[in-house]
Amino acid sequence: MNPQLKWKFIFILIVILLCIYGLVGLPQFPTSLAQLNQNLADRIKLGLDLKGGSHLVLQVQVDEAIGQRCDQAVDQLTKQLHEKNIVFGEMRRQSDTQILVRNVDTNTSGQFRDIVANQFPDWTLAPAAGETNGYVLTMKPSVVAELRKNTMDQSLETITRRINALGLTEPTIAFTGRGDNEILVQLPGEGDPTRAKAVIQAGGQLELRRVVGDTTYPSEAAALAANGGVLPPGSEIVPGRADNVPGQPQGQVYYILDRAPIVSGQDLRGANPEPSSQNPGQYQVAFHLSTTAAARFGPFTESNVGHRMAIVLDHKVYTAPVINSRIEDSGVIEGSFTQESAQDLALVLRAGALPASIKYLEERTVGPSLGADSIREGVRASIASLVVVMIFLVFYYRLSGVNAVVALALNLVILVAFMAYAGAVLTLPGIAGVILTIGMGVDSNVLVFERIREELRNGKAPASAVDLGFDRAFLTIIDTHVTTVVSAVFLFLFGTGPVRGFAVTLVIGLIANIFTSIYVSRAIFDFHLSRMERQAELSI
Amino acid sequence: MELFKTVNVDWMGKAKYFVTLSLLLLAIGWFSILRHGLYYGIDFRGGTLVYVRFAGPPPIDQIRKGLQQAGLPNSSIQGISDINAGSQNDVVIGLEQKGTSGDESLDAGKQAILDVLHKTFGTDSSGKQDFNSITPSALAEYLTQKDPLALGPTAADRYNQLAQKLTAARDSDHGGILTSFDALKPVPGVTQPLLTSLATGFSLGNFTIRNVEIVGPKVGAQLRKQAIFATLYALAGMLVYIAFRFEWVYGAAAVIAVFHDVLITLGFFSLFHYEISLTVIAALLTLVGYSMNDTIVIFDRVRENLRLMRREPLPVIVNKSINQTLSRTILTSGLTFLTVLVLYLLGGEVLRAFSFAMVVGVVVGTYSSFGIAAPIVVVWNKFRGQGVTVRAGSAAH
Repeated sequence: MNPQLKWKFIFILIVILLCIYGLVGLPQFPTSLAQLNQNLADRIKLGLDLKGGSHLVLQVQVDEAIGQRCDQAVDQLTKQLHEKNIVFGEMRRQSDTQILVRNVDTNTSGQFRDIVANQFPDWTLAPAAGETNGYVLTMKPSVVAELRKNTMDQSLETITRRINALGLTEPTIAFTGRGDNEILVQLPGEGDPTRAKAVIQAGGQLELRRVVGDTTYPSEAAALAANGGVLPPGSEIVPGRADNVPGQPQGQVYYILDRAPIVSGQDLRGANPEPSSQNPGQYQVAFHLSTTAAARFGPFTESNVGHRMAIVLDHKVYTAPVINSRIEDSGVIEGSFTQESAQDLALVLRAGALPASIKYLEERTVGPSLGADSIREGVRASIASLVVVMIFLVFYYRLSGVNAVVALALNLVILVAFMAYAGAVLTLPGIAGVILTIGMGVDSNVLVFERIREELRNGKAPASAVDLGFDRAFLTIIDTHVTTVVSAVFLFLFGTGPVRGFAVTLVIGLIANIFTSIYVSRAIFDFHLSRMERQAELSI
Repeated sequence: MELFKTVNVDWMGKAKYFVTLSLLLLAIGWFSILRHGLYYGIDFRGGTLVYVRFAGPPPIDQIRKGLQQAGLPNSSIQGISDINAGSQNDVVIGLEQKGTSGDESLDAGKQAILDVLHKTFGTDSSGKQDFNSITPSALAEYLTQKDPLALGPTAADRYNQLAQKLTAARDSDHGGILTSFDALKPVPGVTQPLLTSLATGFSLGNFTIRNVEIVGPKVGAQLRKQAIFATLYALAGMLVYIAFRFEWVYGAAAVIAVFHDVLITLGFFSLFHYEISLTVIAALLTLVGYSMNDTIVIFDRVRENLRLMRREPLPVIVNKSINQTLSRTILTSGLTFLTVLVLYLLGGEVLRAFSFAMVVGVVVGTYSSFGIAAPIVVVWNKFRGQGVTVRAGSAAH
């Protein structure tokens, strides 16, 4: 064998060894058959459609967070203007990013502008159209963009913490990069996502607030009427939970609460479910406050003994117990919880609140039995067709056909190994990519062989026929492959999940194919030619 | 062995028949599409699908009645017959997306369907858990608690493995639904006390949920848009590359040919009532790649022959190129056709629509390379005058 050919084979051998190592040698070199199987199963990552599991796409209602920021600004500005005795007619949120202030007293409008300019740097001030002495505050676009990004990042983090706390295996939580504000959650092996969905969607916004007037009202209108039609400044009406808890007012009730909480979710140090102290068989959630929050909470409870304090979760009053004595750093959320729902609430509280609410857009669950069927049928069909193709190749091209079979098999090994190295996931559309790869692999070999036959028919000697055959077919193979790779790249860039899976396997498969059908196949031919008698016929 | 040595067919002379055939196929397919529309799968339509497998023949009438009583008259029920699985017990229950009421939670339809199933085929009243729907972790918890193998308190690991094996046996060997606990006997490590314990702790429901798909209406529209755009961009990318390697008319001809393939295949989908899903889009992309491959092989040969036979008119060169590559075309297409046919027959229900697209696509894609793409180039050059062909040849150097 000439030295150049020898190096070719050494290179091919290295590639094969690397592939096999990538498939069975990681993460730990196998010492037993069981471990080898385990490695193989671990390295080939199957998509949810093959393995079974749940796939959720949810949308974060980011505009809510922006609206909230706007509400806060309205509250702050109102307070500031009252303190400085600046008179104005009305202030309200006009849209998610705009505040309208009407009829600002002309004597103090300079002062008003100063306050906005100095203390509300996130807002731009402009005269309101069609108003005398009216102003519009608009949130700066850069601030809105940052708020959007922060809201999305925070949502992703919170959801990740919650799902990790549920203890599900190998979840994927990522932005879809598809529509606006979408997050993808994949839970492999999860046959029923109901509980996970509830945990993800729970708001988790816990607040302890002062109850104004220590009383409840049967309706919002009644609450307003009791205060002469105007709520005390800095307060709002909050509904109670509709389901009744023993020892609490019956039926739907409303409370008037301070807007500003005494303690909120960020102040929590921990939360745990525990059996209910009052209702046997039911559960409650106990929480503990951080030391800084306790420093505020202690004095507050001490000075409010005999008054009511509301425990508000996601804008609903759960309970509003009367404070009996000074409380330092702990409290209890009572409700008709089961053990599981108490566990889930505690988990949500520990993981932190979502910055905005969440809406589900898509839910797919593949049961484990369907996944098993798909794999079995997909693999069986692929192997059956591969065998048919290989038998035909050997039958039609004889020894050269064996060469093609070797190239084809190596192509598949490289494809699978590369996917293992890259951590790519094999999905059903991915199998489509594999089939197209096999098709093009067969095609490359057929192209070369037919060309060699043609040259042989034209009276060329075997060696030069092989030479010409590979040279001429080379251009064609490159053109067909590059065209398909170009399209696959576009599909990857602009496509979604399944289409991307198809593109990934296709690109890897085609690159492997150029290597096997040109480089490897050529090397085998050269080896065969070097050992063949000059005038002997080529088995093709 | 060789099938075709030298062929001498005047392909371009027959171009008008090819075009007529294509127009006919397009007309039939698109008549069906305009008449009945395309059958969009849930991916593009939005809605709810629940796949249920029953232990025996599915009582479709009973399900229908239950759904009507629950106020879901617009639901569809369809039996799936899968030759491979040897069972005819699968049913798909579908619900259309409900109007624009965005406030309703996404899985309301699924819950309603599950409620109907549980009400109609209620698992027995003893309140036992259904073994056919239990997860491995829940089963492991139960086993560890009851300890039927008397392994002691530290046996959680063993029970974990056993639970995995039991559920795997249920899902892979029995299609997800057991009719008797005795069927678990062959699982290694299973003993009679264990089976007895399972039988006292669990019931065997007569149906199991195989698959649930819920797609919101917004997502459906979005996915549809995205799939179309990704495909168009991919086609544009190929056009530019081929135009760069050959001449732009070759790129245009190749893209028109694959577009023709996709349109005809879509027509067949409408004719045979197959649904267009995301997986089918992947199949359409596969056939685009495949047909493009075929076209380029012929164009490549044309480019080479243009250099060798400068004096011949283009139709003769194209004919010769098609004839020279014919054996490769038939071999490759034949083998690929065989592959996808096997996939269609053996690939199971999930791959059925996918492989149908491939079976149609391989035939149409092969045909369009010589029947559509090549004639376009010839006709264009006739229209522009012969000078263009010489430039095409020199452009390849």
